[in-house]
Amino acid sequence: MADVTPPLDCARGVPCDRDRGDPEPAEGPPRLKRPVSDDDWSRGPAGAVSLVEYLDYQCPACQAAHPVVERVLASLPDRVRFVVRHFPIVSAHPQAQRAALAAEAAGRQGKFWEMHQRLFAPRGALQEDQLLSYAGELGLDLARFGADMADEGLAAKIRREKVLGVRSGVNGTPTFYIAEARYEGETGPLREEELKAAILAELDRNQRH
Amino acid sequence: MAALPVSAKAPDFELDGSSGRVRLSDLLKETQYVILAFFPASFSSVCTSELNLYQEVKDEFARLGARVVAISVDSKYVQQAFAKANGLTFPVLADFHPKGAVAEQYGVMRGDGRAERALFIVDSKGIVRYSYVSEIAKNPGADRLLEALEQMKAEA
Repeated sequence: MADVTPPLDCARGVPCDRDRGDPEPAEGPPRLKRPVSDDDWSRGPAGAVSLVEYLDYQCPACQAAHPVVERVLASLPDRVRFVVRHFPIVSAHPQAQRAALAAEAAGRQGKFWEMHQRLFAPRGALQEDQLLSYAGELGLDLARFGADMADEGLAAKIRREKVLGVRSGVNGTPTFYIAEARYEGETGPLREEELKAAILAELDRNQRH
Repeated sequence: MAALPVSAKAPDFELDGSSGRVRLSDLLKETQYVILAFFPASFSSVCTSELNLYQEVKDEFARLGARVVAISVDSKYVQQAFAKANGLTFPVLADFHPKGAVAEQYGVMRGDGRAERALFIVDSKGIVRYSYVSEIAKNPGADRLLEALEQMKAEA
């Protein structure tokens, strides 16, 4: 029998991982166990409201969310600090870990965001040769890129990040945090206006304080 | 019937599933805690992401002396395909015939023919140490389980 991968809902392109844990209204949404810091990959000014995304490059829901996030960021220039943290669901997405490593390895050569964009480019697979060709396109030192991809330290960093994500209430991908509190959007595909409104509400709260 | 509460005796059971027959009391000889994750339906979206998460967190559970067993009313052939499609290496059990009999014993069988999305932690004495029924469409996550296991470890 042929493999039945990927899971049915993913195969249909229905975001299958944007499920939320219980809101637990008494305590409010879960918060990041590790605050945003300079150890994170981030875009945008340090003082701005943070938008953190835990993501898996092979997750269809994350792929679908990517352009939405980019549009929201573009519509709020200099007002948001966007942070990416890895949460590869390796059992279901066999290339997710390698893709996360590719982003980290590119980051060591100053090209994290360029690689991030390519990994979400809608042109197909994340197979090994593709990761290498992305590295080539970005003008990376390929020997160093290969060595970093194989670096156990980077793999360990991704594992630690994932465990902290679980402890922060990441139940699937993508999961977002605005100002370090989990964003409880409607179930289903990420909605541009809804995400933007939540960020604007946070900006507004900041201004009033 | 409401879900079995903390301190209740966990009914023993034996079910077939993705990796053969599993008996709770046998598992409890091999590990300190067993996490029973009842879920409504294999291949549905929330169940898939919930069990994917438990697969990812398997090592953390093991570090705290716990192993996961997932249970739904689907047949063992469905469970085999579901486990294979998602790379699930823990047992996915078929509470298939009589349908939902184990879910019934744990008080988590629904009127619509599916099990609740419910979590139990059973200790090696066969006692329920943690009991939680999630909203059916919500992934309950793993943090609550890790927290409960850590607390048990601290109290032990």
